[in-house]
Amino acid sequence: MFAAEAAPTFYYYIQNLFMHTIEVDHLTKYYSNSRGVIDLSFDVSKGEIMGFLGPNGSGKTTTMRMLTCFFPPTSGTARICGHDILKEPLEVRRKLGYLPESVPLYLDMPVRSYLRFFAEVRGIAGRQRRARIDEVLEKCSLTHVAHRLIGKLSKGYRQRVGIAQALLHDPEVLILDEPTIGLDPKQIIEIRSLIKGLGAARTVILSSHILSEVSAVCDRVIIIQEGRLVAVDTPQNLTRRLQQTPKILVRAQAPADALTQTMLSIPGVVSVAPGIEGPDAFIVAVEEGAPVINSLAQALCARNWNIAEIRPVDMTLEEIFIQLVADDTEARRR
Amino acid sequence: MNTLTIAKREMGSYFTSLIAYVVTTVFLVISGYFYYTNMVMFVMFVGSDVKLGLWQQTFYDIRFVTVSVLPLLTMRLFAEEKKMGTIELLFTSPLRDRQIIMGKYLACLAVFALMLALTLLYPALLKIVYQLEPLPLAACYLGLFLMGGACIACGIFLSSLTENQVVAAMSTIGVLLLMWFLDWNEGIAGSAVVKVLHQLSFSEHFLNFIRGVIDINDIVYYLSVTAFFLFLTKCSLESRKWRGIK
Repeated sequence: MFAAEAAPTFYYYIQNLFMHTIEVDHLTKYYSNSRGVIDLSFDVSKGEIMGFLGPNGSGKTTTMRMLTCFFPPTSGTARICGHDILKEPLEVRRKLGYLPESVPLYLDMPVRSYLRFFAEVRGIAGRQRRARIDEVLEKCSLTHVAHRLIGKLSKGYRQRVGIAQALLHDPEVLILDEPTIGLDPKQIIEIRSLIKGLGAARTVILSSHILSEVSAVCDRVIIIQEGRLVAVDTPQNLTRRLQQTPKILVRAQAPADALTQTMLSIPGVVSVAPGIEGPDAFIVAVEEGAPVINSLAQALCARNWNIAEIRPVDMTLEEIFIQLVADDTEARRR
Repeated sequence: MNTLTIAKREMGSYFTSLIAYVVTTVFLVISGYFYYTNMVMFVMFVGSDVKLGLWQQTFYDIRFVTVSVLPLLTMRLFAEEKKMGTIELLFTSPLRDRQIIMGKYLACLAVFALMLALTLLYPALLKIVYQLEPLPLAACYLGLFLMGGACIACGIFLSSLTENQVVAAMSTIGVLLLMWFLDWNEGIAGSAVVKVLHQLSFSEHFLNFIRGVIDINDIVYYLSVTAFFLFLTKCSLESRKWRGIK
Protein backbone atom coordinates (compact mmCIF):
# COMPACT_ATOMS: atom_id res chain seq x y z
CA MET A 1 0.00 0.00 0.00
CA PHE A 2 2.71 2.35 1.05
CA ALA A 3 4.87 1.47 -1.92
CA ALA A 4 2.00 1.92 -4.33
CA GLU A 5 1.48 5.45 -3.11
CA ALA A 6 5.14 6.28 -3.22
CA ALA A 7 5.66 4.73 -6.62
CA PRO A 8 4.02 7.40 -8.80
CA THR A 9 5.94 10.18 -7.09
CA PHE A 10 9.19 8.36 -7.54
CA TYR A 11 8.31 7.49 -11.09
CA TYR A 12 7.45 11.11 -11.74
CA TYR A 13 10.73 12.23 -10.25
CA ILE A 14 12.74 9.84 -12.40
CA GLN A 15 10.75 10.80 -15.44
CA ASN A 16 11.38 14.47 -14.76
CA LEU A 17 15.06 13.84 -14.38
CA PHE A 18 15.39 12.40 -17.86
CA MET A 19 12.62 14.31 -19.51
CA HIS A 20 13.40 16.42 -22.50
CA THR A 21 11.85 19.87 -22.54
CA ILE A 22 10.54 19.27 -26.04
CA GLU A 23 9.68 15.81 -27.28
CA VAL A 24 8.41 15.58 -30.83
CA ASP A 25 6.83 12.27 -31.59
CA HIS A 26 6.10 11.25 -35.20
CA LEU A 27 4.61 14.64 -35.98
CA THR A 28 2.85 14.72 -39.34
CA LYS A 29 0.84 17.42 -41.07
CA TYR A 30 -0.78 17.18 -44.46
CA TYR A 31 -2.13 20.12 -46.40
CA SER A 32 -4.78 19.66 -49.05
CA ASN A 33 -2.41 20.52 -51.86
CA SER A 34 0.99 19.62 -50.45
CA ARG A 35 2.63 17.71 -47.67
CA GLY A 36 3.69 19.83 -44.75
CA VAL A 37 5.68 17.68 -42.38
CA ILE A 38 6.08 13.92 -42.42
CA ASP A 39 6.90 11.77 -39.43
CA LEU A 40 9.16 14.18 -37.60
CA SER A 41 10.65 13.01 -34.29
CA PHE A 42 13.30 14.69 -32.20
CA ASP A 43 14.01 15.81 -28.63
CA VAL A 44 15.41 19.02 -27.26
CA SER A 45 16.84 19.12 -23.73
CA LYS A 46 16.69 21.96 -21.27
CA GLY A 47 19.00 24.86 -21.97
CA GLU A 48 19.73 23.77 -25.49
CA ILE A 49 19.59 26.02 -28.55
CA MET A 50 18.31 23.94 -31.41
CA GLY A 51 18.70 25.14 -34.97
CA PHE A 52 16.03 24.24 -37.44
CA LEU A 53 17.43 24.26 -40.91
CA GLY A 54 15.88 23.70 -44.27
CA PRO A 55 15.27 25.33 -47.62
CA ASN A 56 12.25 27.60 -48.01
CA GLY A 57 9.01 25.64 -47.87
CA SER A 58 10.55 22.61 -46.19
CA GLY A 59 8.14 22.61 -43.23
CA LYS A 60 9.92 24.67 -40.60
CA THR A 61 7.05 27.08 -39.99
CA THR A 62 4.50 24.26 -40.12
CA THR A 63 6.38 22.40 -37.38
CA MET A 64 6.61 25.51 -35.24
CA ARG A 65 2.92 26.24 -35.68
CA MET A 66 2.10 22.76 -34.46
CA LEU A 67 4.43 23.09 -31.47
CA THR A 68 2.80 26.40 -30.55
CA CYS A 69 -0.70 24.88 -30.90
CA PHE A 70 -1.67 27.20 -33.74
CA PHE A 71 -3.07 24.15 -35.47
CA PRO A 72 -2.93 20.48 -34.51
CA PRO A 73 -0.94 17.86 -36.43
CA THR A 74 -2.67 15.41 -38.75
CA SER A 75 -1.09 12.63 -36.71
CA GLY A 76 1.60 12.22 -34.08
CA THR A 77 2.06 14.56 -31.16
CA ALA A 78 4.60 16.52 -29.17
CA ARG A 79 5.13 17.29 -25.50
CA ILE A 80 6.46 20.57 -24.23
CA CYS A 81 7.58 20.58 -20.58
CA GLY A 82 5.56 17.38 -20.25
CA HIS A 83 2.32 18.88 -21.60
CA ASP A 84 0.81 17.29 -24.67
CA ILE A 85 0.07 19.76 -27.49
CA LEU A 86 -3.19 17.98 -28.27
CA LYS A 87 -4.50 17.47 -24.74
CA GLU A 88 -3.31 20.61 -22.96
CA PRO A 89 -2.83 23.33 -25.56
CA LEU A 90 -3.41 26.16 -23.07
CA GLU A 91 -0.73 24.80 -20.71
CA VAL A 92 1.68 24.45 -23.61
CA ARG A 93 1.02 28.01 -24.76
CA ARG A 94 1.69 29.25 -21.23
CA LYS A 95 5.16 27.70 -21.31
CA LEU A 96 5.98 29.05 -24.74
CA GLY A 97 7.25 32.30 -26.13
CA TYR A 98 6.81 32.54 -29.87
CA LEU A 99 8.04 34.89 -32.56
CA PRO A 100 6.24 34.12 -35.82
CA GLU A 101 8.10 34.51 -39.07
CA SER A 102 6.32 37.64 -40.25
CA VAL A 103 6.78 39.35 -36.82
CA PRO A 104 3.15 40.40 -36.52
CA LEU A 105 2.64 43.52 -34.41
CA TYR A 106 -0.20 45.92 -33.69
CA LEU A 107 1.26 48.85 -35.58
CA ASP A 108 -1.15 51.36 -34.05
CA MET A 109 0.10 50.75 -30.50
CA PRO A 110 3.11 52.19 -28.70
CA VAL A 111 5.73 49.62 -27.72
CA ARG A 112 4.91 49.75 -24.02
CA SER A 113 1.15 49.39 -24.49
CA TYR A 114 1.75 46.49 -26.83
CA LEU A 115 3.86 44.72 -24.24
CA ARG A 116 1.36 45.58 -21.52
CA PHE A 117 -1.42 43.98 -23.55
CA PHE A 118 0.50 40.72 -23.91
CA ALA A 119 1.55 40.83 -20.26
CA GLU A 120 -2.14 40.98 -19.36
CA VAL A 121 -2.97 38.18 -21.78
CA ARG A 122 -0.19 36.15 -20.17
CA GLY A 123 -1.74 36.81 -16.78
CA ILE A 124 1.23 38.64 -15.28
CA ALA A 125 -0.14 40.29 -12.16
CA GLY A 126 -0.37 44.07 -11.96
CA ARG A 127 2.49 44.54 -9.52
CA GLN A 128 5.00 42.51 -11.48
CA ARG A 129 3.83 43.70 -14.87
CA ARG A 130 5.63 47.00 -14.92
CA ALA A 131 8.88 45.51 -13.67
CA ARG A 132 8.68 42.70 -16.18
CA ILE A 133 8.03 45.08 -19.09
CA ASP A 134 10.94 47.30 -18.04
CA GLU A 135 13.15 44.25 -17.85
CA VAL A 136 12.43 43.01 -21.38
CA LEU A 137 12.64 46.54 -22.77
CA GLU A 138 16.08 46.78 -21.21
CA LYS A 139 17.14 43.36 -22.43
CA CYS A 140 16.10 44.07 -26.01
CA SER A 141 17.50 47.64 -25.90
CA LEU A 142 14.09 49.16 -26.51
CA THR A 143 13.85 51.46 -23.50
CA HIS A 144 14.42 54.64 -25.52
CA VAL A 145 11.64 53.81 -28.01
CA ALA A 146 9.14 52.50 -25.44
CA HIS A 147 6.67 55.31 -26.11
CA ARG A 148 6.89 55.33 -29.91
CA LEU A 149 4.26 53.79 -32.14
CA ILE A 150 5.38 50.39 -33.43
CA GLY A 151 4.32 51.40 -36.94
CA LYS A 152 6.94 54.16 -36.90
CA LEU A 153 9.81 51.86 -35.92
CA SER A 154 12.38 50.36 -38.29
CA LYS A 155 12.47 46.67 -39.13
CA GLY A 156 15.24 45.94 -36.64
CA TYR A 157 13.35 47.54 -33.78
CA ARG A 158 10.13 45.77 -34.73
CA GLN A 159 12.00 42.48 -34.64
CA ARG A 160 13.17 43.30 -31.14
CA VAL A 161 9.65 44.20 -30.06
CA GLY A 162 8.61 40.76 -31.33
CA ILE A 163 11.35 39.09 -29.31
CA ALA A 164 10.49 41.21 -26.25
CA GLN A 165 6.89 39.99 -26.55
CA ALA A 166 8.09 36.39 -26.67
CA LEU A 167 10.26 36.90 -23.56
CA LEU A 168 7.68 38.76 -21.54
CA HIS A 169 6.44 35.91 -19.37
CA ASP A 170 9.92 34.41 -18.92
CA PRO A 171 8.98 31.26 -20.85
CA GLU A 172 10.80 27.98 -20.45
CA VAL A 173 10.71 27.41 -24.18
CA LEU A 174 11.28 29.98 -26.91
CA ILE A 175 10.36 29.33 -30.49
CA LEU A 176 11.76 31.85 -32.96
CA ASP A 177 10.88 31.57 -36.63
CA GLU A 178 13.58 33.21 -38.75
CA PRO A 179 14.46 35.82 -36.11
CA THR A 180 17.13 37.60 -38.16
CA ILE A 181 15.49 37.70 -41.57
CA GLY A 182 15.53 41.12 -43.20
CA LEU A 183 17.90 42.71 -40.70
CA ASP A 184 21.14 44.49 -41.48
CA PRO A 185 24.43 42.80 -40.47
CA LYS A 186 24.87 44.82 -37.31
CA GLN A 187 21.34 44.05 -36.15
CA ILE A 188 21.85 40.38 -37.00
CA ILE A 189 24.88 40.24 -34.72
CA GLU A 190 22.95 41.98 -31.94
CA ILE A 191 19.97 39.66 -32.21
CA ARG A 192 22.27 36.64 -32.32
CA SER A 193 24.09 37.62 -29.16
CA LEU A 194 20.72 38.31 -27.53
CA ILE A 195 19.54 34.80 -28.44
CA LYS A 196 22.81 33.24 -27.29
CA GLY A 197 22.42 34.98 -23.95
CA LEU A 198 18.93 33.55 -23.56
CA GLY A 199 19.98 29.99 -24.23
CA ALA A 200 21.62 29.45 -20.89
CA ALA A 201 18.36 29.57 -18.94
CA ARG A 202 15.88 28.42 -21.58
CA THR A 203 15.30 25.99 -24.36
CA VAL A 204 15.31 27.69 -27.72
CA ILE A 205 14.24 26.46 -31.12
CA LEU A 206 15.29 28.75 -33.89
CA SER A 207 14.63 28.28 -37.56
CA SER A 208 16.70 29.64 -40.35
CA HIS A 209 17.69 29.01 -43.87
CA ILE A 210 20.96 30.85 -43.30
CA LEU A 211 23.47 28.20 -42.36
CA SER A 212 26.21 30.37 -40.91
CA GLU A 213 23.69 31.72 -38.44
CA VAL A 214 22.76 28.29 -37.20
CA SER A 215 26.38 27.22 -36.80
CA ALA A 216 27.14 30.44 -34.93
CA VAL A 217 24.33 30.19 -32.40
CA CYS A 218 23.07 26.63 -32.06
CA ASP A 219 24.19 23.67 -29.99
CA ARG A 220 22.48 21.20 -32.28
CA VAL A 221 20.98 21.32 -35.74
CA ILE A 222 17.97 19.63 -37.28
CA ILE A 223 18.03 19.53 -41.05
CA ILE A 224 14.72 18.94 -42.79
CA GLN A 225 13.84 18.82 -46.42
CA GLU A 226 10.41 18.50 -47.99
CA GLY A 227 8.97 17.88 -44.55
CA ARG A 228 11.28 14.99 -43.71
CA LEU A 229 14.02 14.81 -41.14
CA VAL A 230 17.41 14.53 -42.81
CA ALA A 231 19.76 14.83 -39.84
CA VAL A 232 19.92 15.83 -36.17
CA ASP A 233 23.35 16.46 -34.68
CA THR A 234 25.83 19.06 -33.49
CA PRO A 235 27.44 21.14 -36.25
CA GLN A 236 30.84 19.61 -35.36
CA ASN A 237 29.56 16.04 -35.59
CA LEU A 238 27.87 16.71 -38.87
CA THR A 239 31.17 17.98 -40.24
CA ARG A 240 33.05 14.95 -38.96
CA ARG A 241 30.44 12.54 -40.23
CA LEU A 242 30.47 13.81 -43.76
CA GLN A 243 34.05 14.77 -44.29
CA GLN A 244 35.62 11.39 -45.03
CA THR A 245 38.93 12.68 -46.34
CA PRO A 246 40.50 15.73 -44.68
CA LYS A 247 41.34 18.55 -47.04
CA ILE A 248 44.07 21.20 -47.15
CA LEU A 249 43.90 24.51 -48.93
CA VAL A 250 47.14 25.59 -50.62
CA ARG A 251 47.72 28.96 -52.26
CA ALA A 252 51.15 29.52 -53.79
CA GLN A 253 52.75 31.47 -56.61
CA ALA A 254 53.91 28.69 -58.90
CA PRO A 255 53.20 27.15 -62.31
CA ALA A 256 50.02 25.15 -61.84
CA ASP A 257 51.23 21.94 -63.50
CA ALA A 258 54.51 21.79 -61.66
CA LEU A 259 52.81 22.57 -58.36
CA THR A 260 50.23 19.83 -58.88
CA GLN A 261 52.91 17.30 -59.77
CA THR A 262 55.00 18.22 -56.75
CA MET A 263 52.08 17.96 -54.36
CA LEU A 264 50.90 14.63 -55.79
CA SER A 265 54.35 13.17 -55.28
CA ILE A 266 54.14 13.69 -51.52
CA PRO A 267 53.11 10.52 -49.65
CA GLY A 268 49.61 10.77 -48.18
CA VAL A 269 48.18 13.07 -50.85
CA VAL A 270 45.19 11.51 -52.58
CA SER A 271 44.24 14.14 -55.12
CA VAL A 272 44.69 17.78 -56.05
CA ALA A 273 41.90 19.93 -57.42
CA PRO A 274 41.67 23.64 -58.21
CA GLY A 275 40.02 25.63 -55.41
CA ILE A 276 37.39 28.32 -55.71
CA GLU A 277 39.35 30.82 -53.58
CA GLY A 278 41.37 32.14 -56.56
CA PRO A 279 43.44 31.11 -59.57
CA ASP A 280 46.35 30.15 -57.33
CA ALA A 281 44.30 28.03 -54.92
CA PHE A 282 44.30 24.25 -54.76
CA ILE A 283 42.37 21.82 -52.59
CA VAL A 284 44.51 18.87 -51.60
CA ALA A 285 42.72 15.77 -50.36
CA VAL A 286 44.87 13.73 -48.01
CA GLU A 287 44.69 10.42 -46.17
CA GLU A 288 43.30 10.47 -42.64
CA GLY A 289 45.97 10.90 -39.98
CA ALA A 290 48.85 11.56 -42.37
CA PRO A 291 51.05 14.54 -41.33
CA VAL A 292 50.89 15.97 -44.81
CA ILE A 293 50.70 19.67 -44.06
CA ASN A 294 54.36 19.90 -42.94
CA SER A 295 55.73 17.93 -45.87
CA LEU A 296 53.64 20.07 -48.24
CA ALA A 297 55.12 23.23 -46.82
CA GLN A 298 58.65 21.83 -46.93
CA ALA A 299 58.29 20.67 -50.52
CA LEU A 300 57.02 24.04 -51.65
CA CYS A 301 59.79 25.90 -49.80
CA ALA A 302 62.38 23.57 -51.34
CA ARG A 303 61.22 24.68 -54.80
CA ASN A 304 61.39 28.35 -53.70
CA TRP A 305 57.72 29.01 -54.34
CA ASN A 306 56.08 31.74 -52.33
CA ILE A 307 53.38 30.25 -50.12
CA ALA A 308 50.48 32.64 -49.64
CA GLU A 309 48.34 30.32 -47.55
CA ILE A 310 48.31 26.76 -46.37
CA ARG A 311 45.67 25.47 -43.93
CA PRO A 312 43.34 22.56 -43.26
CA VAL A 313 39.80 23.09 -44.55
CA ASP A 314 36.72 22.33 -42.49
CA MET A 315 33.58 21.54 -44.32
CA THR A 316 31.23 24.52 -44.03
CA LEU A 317 27.68 24.01 -42.97
CA GLU A 318 26.67 25.01 -46.48
CA GLU A 319 28.55 22.04 -47.89
CA ILE A 320 27.18 19.71 -45.24
CA PHE A 321 23.70 20.87 -45.98
CA ILE A 322 23.99 20.45 -49.73
CA GLN A 323 25.57 17.03 -49.24
CA LEU A 324 22.88 15.82 -46.86
CA VAL A 325 20.03 17.08 -48.96
CA ALA A 326 21.54 15.52 -52.07
CA ASP A 327 22.13 12.20 -50.29
CA ASP A 328 18.58 12.24 -48.98
CA THR A 329 17.04 12.95 -52.37
CA GLU A 330 19.10 10.17 -53.92
CA ALA A 331 18.23 7.70 -51.20
CA ARG A 332 14.55 8.30 -51.68
CA ARG A 333 14.77 8.00 -55.44
CA ARG A 334 16.20 4.47 -55.12
CA MET B 1 -10.50 38.59 -17.40
CA ASN B 2 -8.80 37.79 -20.71
CA THR B 3 -12.00 38.74 -22.48
CA LEU B 4 -11.79 42.18 -20.93
CA THR B 5 -8.12 42.51 -21.87
CA ILE B 6 -8.99 41.88 -25.50
CA ALA B 7 -11.97 44.23 -25.30
CA LYS B 8 -9.81 46.97 -23.81
CA ARG B 9 -7.25 46.69 -26.60
CA GLU B 10 -9.95 46.77 -29.28
CA MET B 11 -11.53 49.85 -27.72
CA GLY B 12 -8.13 51.54 -27.67
CA SER B 13 -7.64 50.65 -31.28
CA TYR B 14 -11.05 52.06 -32.24
CA PHE B 15 -10.25 55.37 -30.65
CA THR B 16 -6.61 55.73 -31.71
CA SER B 17 -7.41 54.92 -35.32
CA LEU B 18 -10.24 57.50 -35.38
CA ILE B 19 -12.68 54.89 -36.74
CA ALA B 20 -14.90 55.28 -33.68
CA TYR B 21 -14.96 59.09 -34.01
CA VAL B 22 -15.81 59.07 -37.71
CA VAL B 23 -18.49 56.40 -37.42
CA THR B 24 -20.02 58.05 -34.35
CA THR B 25 -20.04 61.45 -36.02
CA VAL B 26 -21.75 60.17 -39.15
CA PHE B 27 -24.24 58.26 -37.03
CA LEU B 28 -25.04 61.28 -34.86
CA VAL B 29 -25.36 63.71 -37.78
CA ILE B 30 -27.70 61.52 -39.79
CA SER B 31 -29.80 60.34 -36.86
CA GLY B 32 -29.99 63.95 -35.65
CA TYR B 33 -31.20 64.98 -39.07
CA PHE B 34 -33.89 62.29 -39.00
CA TYR B 35 -34.91 63.28 -35.50
CA TYR B 36 -35.15 66.96 -36.46
CA THR B 37 -37.19 66.42 -39.66
CA ASN B 38 -39.55 64.04 -37.89
CA MET B 39 -40.07 66.45 -35.05
CA VAL B 40 -40.77 69.31 -37.44
CA MET B 41 -43.29 67.11 -39.23
CA PHE B 42 -45.06 66.24 -35.99
CA VAL B 43 -45.17 69.89 -34.93
CA MET B 44 -46.69 70.84 -38.28
CA PHE B 45 -49.30 68.09 -38.24
CA VAL B 46 -50.13 68.33 -34.55
CA GLY B 47 -53.83 67.67 -34.01
CA SER B 48 -54.26 65.98 -37.35
CA ASP B 49 -54.66 62.24 -37.72
CA VAL B 50 -51.06 61.05 -37.36
CA LYS B 51 -51.03 57.31 -36.64
CA LEU B 52 -47.37 56.98 -35.77
CA GLY B 53 -45.56 58.31 -32.74
CA LEU B 54 -42.52 60.56 -32.99
CA TRP B 55 -40.19 57.85 -31.61
CA GLN B 56 -41.66 55.20 -33.80
CA GLN B 57 -40.92 57.21 -36.92
CA THR B 58 -37.51 58.38 -35.75
CA PHE B 59 -36.23 54.95 -34.71
CA TYR B 60 -37.54 53.43 -37.89
CA ASP B 61 -35.19 55.85 -39.68
CA ILE B 62 -32.30 55.48 -37.26
CA ARG B 63 -32.16 51.69 -37.62
CA PHE B 64 -31.32 52.30 -41.26
CA VAL B 65 -28.30 54.36 -40.23
CA THR B 66 -27.37 51.67 -37.73
CA VAL B 67 -27.43 48.92 -40.33
CA SER B 68 -25.25 51.05 -42.60
CA VAL B 69 -22.57 52.11 -40.11
CA LEU B 70 -22.11 49.04 -37.90
CA PRO B 71 -20.43 46.96 -40.62
CA LEU B 72 -17.74 49.64 -40.74
CA LEU B 73 -17.04 49.04 -37.07
CA THR B 74 -17.00 45.25 -37.33
CA MET B 75 -15.11 44.84 -40.61
CA ARG B 76 -11.63 45.18 -39.12
CA LEU B 77 -12.12 42.99 -36.07
CA PHE B 78 -10.78 39.75 -37.55
CA ALA B 79 -9.97 40.70 -41.15
CA GLU B 80 -7.24 43.09 -40.05
CA GLU B 81 -5.70 40.63 -37.60
CA LYS B 82 -5.66 37.98 -40.28
CA LYS B 83 -4.07 40.31 -42.79
CA MET B 84 -1.41 41.56 -40.35
CA GLY B 85 -0.79 38.06 -38.99
CA THR B 86 -1.40 39.21 -35.42
CA ILE B 87 -4.10 36.56 -35.14
CA GLU B 88 -1.22 34.06 -34.90
CA LEU B 89 -0.08 35.76 -31.69
CA LEU B 90 -3.56 35.55 -30.19
CA PHE B 91 -3.95 31.92 -31.21
CA THR B 92 -0.60 31.00 -29.67
CA SER B 93 -1.26 32.91 -26.43
CA PRO B 94 -3.01 31.18 -23.58
CA LEU B 95 -6.40 32.44 -24.78
CA ARG B 96 -9.48 30.47 -25.67
CA ASP B 97 -11.13 31.23 -28.99
CA ARG B 98 -14.32 32.27 -27.23
CA GLN B 99 -12.44 34.83 -25.13
CA ILE B 100 -11.04 36.41 -28.29
CA ILE B 101 -14.49 36.49 -29.92
CA MET B 102 -16.29 37.83 -26.86
CA GLY B 103 -13.61 40.46 -26.25
CA LYS B 104 -14.00 41.82 -29.75
CA TYR B 105 -17.77 41.59 -29.60
CA LEU B 106 -17.97 43.47 -26.32
CA ALA B 107 -15.61 46.20 -27.53
CA CYS B 108 -17.73 46.81 -30.61
CA LEU B 109 -20.93 46.66 -28.58
CA ALA B 110 -19.50 49.23 -26.18
CA VAL B 111 -18.75 51.65 -29.01
CA PHE B 112 -22.28 51.15 -30.30
CA ALA B 113 -23.71 51.71 -26.82
CA LEU B 114 -21.72 54.94 -26.63
CA MET B 115 -23.16 56.06 -29.96
CA LEU B 116 -26.66 55.35 -28.69
CA ALA B 117 -25.99 57.10 -25.41
CA LEU B 118 -25.01 60.25 -27.29
CA THR B 119 -28.32 60.27 -29.16
CA LEU B 120 -30.05 60.59 -25.77
CA LEU B 121 -29.25 64.27 -26.19
CA TYR B 122 -32.16 64.65 -28.64
CA PRO B 123 -34.96 63.54 -26.30
CA ALA B 124 -33.20 65.41 -23.47
CA LEU B 125 -33.53 68.64 -25.47
CA LEU B 126 -37.14 67.90 -26.24
CA LYS B 127 -37.84 67.25 -22.58
CA ILE B 128 -37.07 70.89 -21.82
CA VAL B 129 -40.15 72.06 -23.71
CA TYR B 130 -42.35 68.96 -23.68
CA GLN B 131 -43.25 66.41 -21.01
CA LEU B 132 -42.44 63.14 -22.85
CA GLU B 133 -43.19 59.57 -21.78
CA PRO B 134 -39.86 57.88 -20.91
CA LEU B 135 -40.97 54.23 -21.10
CA PRO B 136 -41.82 53.91 -24.84
CA LEU B 137 -38.53 55.61 -25.53
CA ALA B 138 -36.73 53.05 -23.37
CA ALA B 139 -38.36 50.27 -25.40
CA CYS B 140 -37.08 51.91 -28.60
CA TYR B 141 -33.55 52.06 -27.26
CA LEU B 142 -33.68 48.48 -26.03
CA GLY B 143 -34.85 47.32 -29.47
CA LEU B 144 -32.15 49.25 -31.29
CA PHE B 145 -29.48 48.01 -28.90
CA LEU B 146 -30.51 44.36 -29.29
CA MET B 147 -30.73 44.71 -33.06
CA GLY B 148 -27.32 46.39 -33.12
CA GLY B 149 -25.91 43.52 -31.08
CA ALA B 150 -27.17 41.04 -33.67
CA CYS B 151 -25.73 43.16 -36.51
CA ILE B 152 -22.35 43.25 -34.77
CA ALA B 153 -22.31 39.47 -34.31
CA CYS B 154 -23.11 39.06 -37.99
CA GLY B 155 -20.34 41.51 -38.93
CA ILE B 156 -17.80 39.72 -36.73
CA PHE B 157 -18.62 36.41 -38.37
CA LEU B 158 -18.17 37.78 -41.88
CA SER B 159 -14.98 39.53 -40.81
CA SER B 160 -13.60 36.20 -39.60
CA LEU B 161 -14.05 34.71 -43.06
CA THR B 162 -11.79 37.06 -44.96
CA GLU B 163 -8.57 39.07 -44.79
CA ASN B 164 -10.10 41.90 -46.76
CA GLN B 165 -11.94 44.55 -44.77
CA VAL B 166 -13.96 45.84 -47.71
CA VAL B 167 -15.20 42.33 -48.45
CA ALA B 168 -16.14 41.95 -44.79
CA ALA B 169 -18.02 45.28 -44.69
CA MET B 170 -19.85 44.85 -47.98
CA SER B 171 -20.97 41.31 -47.28
CA THR B 172 -22.18 42.37 -43.83
CA ILE B 173 -24.23 45.20 -45.31
CA GLY B 174 -25.63 42.72 -47.83
CA VAL B 175 -26.65 40.18 -45.20
CA LEU B 176 -28.13 42.82 -42.90
CA LEU B 177 -30.21 44.44 -45.64
CA LEU B 178 -31.44 41.04 -46.68
CA MET B 179 -32.31 40.21 -43.06
CA TRP B 180 -34.23 43.44 -42.98
CA PHE B 181 -36.20 43.01 -46.20
CA LEU B 182 -36.71 39.26 -45.89
CA ASP B 183 -40.46 39.58 -45.40
CA TRP B 184 -41.22 41.92 -48.30
CA ASN B 185 -42.34 38.95 -50.26
CA GLU B 186 -46.09 38.79 -49.86
CA GLY B 187 -46.75 38.86 -53.59
CA ILE B 188 -44.48 35.97 -54.55
CA ALA B 189 -44.16 33.54 -51.68
CA GLY B 190 -47.03 31.49 -50.26
CA SER B 191 -48.61 32.75 -47.06
CA ALA B 192 -47.05 29.94 -45.00
CA VAL B 193 -43.58 30.90 -46.23
CA VAL B 194 -44.20 34.57 -45.55
CA LYS B 195 -45.13 33.70 -41.98
CA VAL B 196 -41.77 32.03 -41.50
CA LEU B 197 -39.95 34.89 -43.21
CA HIS B 198 -41.76 37.35 -40.94
CA GLN B 199 -40.41 35.51 -37.94
CA LEU B 200 -36.90 35.39 -39.39
CA SER B 201 -36.61 38.98 -40.54
CA PHE B 202 -35.15 41.80 -38.48
CA SER B 203 -37.97 44.23 -39.21
CA GLU B 204 -40.97 42.47 -37.69
CA HIS B 205 -39.31 42.10 -34.29
CA PHE B 206 -37.93 45.60 -34.34
CA LEU B 207 -41.31 47.17 -35.13
CA ASN B 208 -42.73 45.79 -31.88
CA PHE B 209 -40.06 47.55 -29.86
CA ILE B 210 -40.59 50.93 -31.50
CA ARG B 211 -44.32 50.64 -30.95
CA GLY B 212 -43.37 50.56 -27.29
CA VAL B 213 -44.02 46.83 -26.85
CA ILE B 214 -41.36 44.76 -25.13
CA ASP B 215 -42.13 41.15 -26.01
CA ILE B 216 -39.93 38.36 -24.63
CA ASN B 217 -40.30 36.78 -28.08
CA ASP B 218 -38.46 39.62 -29.75
CA ILE B 219 -35.74 39.75 -27.12
CA VAL B 220 -35.12 36.02 -27.50
CA TYR B 221 -35.08 36.44 -31.28
CA TYR B 222 -32.30 39.04 -31.29
CA LEU B 223 -30.30 37.23 -28.62
CA SER B 224 -30.46 33.97 -30.55
CA VAL B 225 -29.42 35.63 -33.81
CA THR B 226 -26.45 37.08 -31.90
CA ALA B 227 -25.56 33.73 -30.36
CA PHE B 228 -25.93 32.01 -33.72
CA PHE B 229 -23.48 34.34 -35.48
CA LEU B 230 -21.00 34.22 -32.60
CA PHE B 231 -21.16 30.43 -32.76
CA LEU B 232 -20.49 30.55 -36.50
CA THR B 233 -17.51 32.81 -35.77
CA LYS B 234 -16.13 30.22 -33.39
CA CYS B 235 -16.54 27.53 -36.05
CA SER B 236 -14.84 29.77 -38.58
CA LEU B 237 -11.86 30.38 -36.29
CA GLU B 238 -11.61 26.70 -35.46
CA SER B 239 -11.52 25.79 -39.13
CA ARG B 240 -7.77 26.49 -39.04
CA LYS B 241 -7.49 23.24 -37.12
CA TRP B 242 -8.89 20.98 -39.77
CA ARG B 243 -8.68 22.89 -43.04
CA GLY B 244 -5.69 21.73 -45.06
CA ILE B 245 -4.63 25.24 -46.04
CA LYS B 246 -1.38 26.93 -45.16
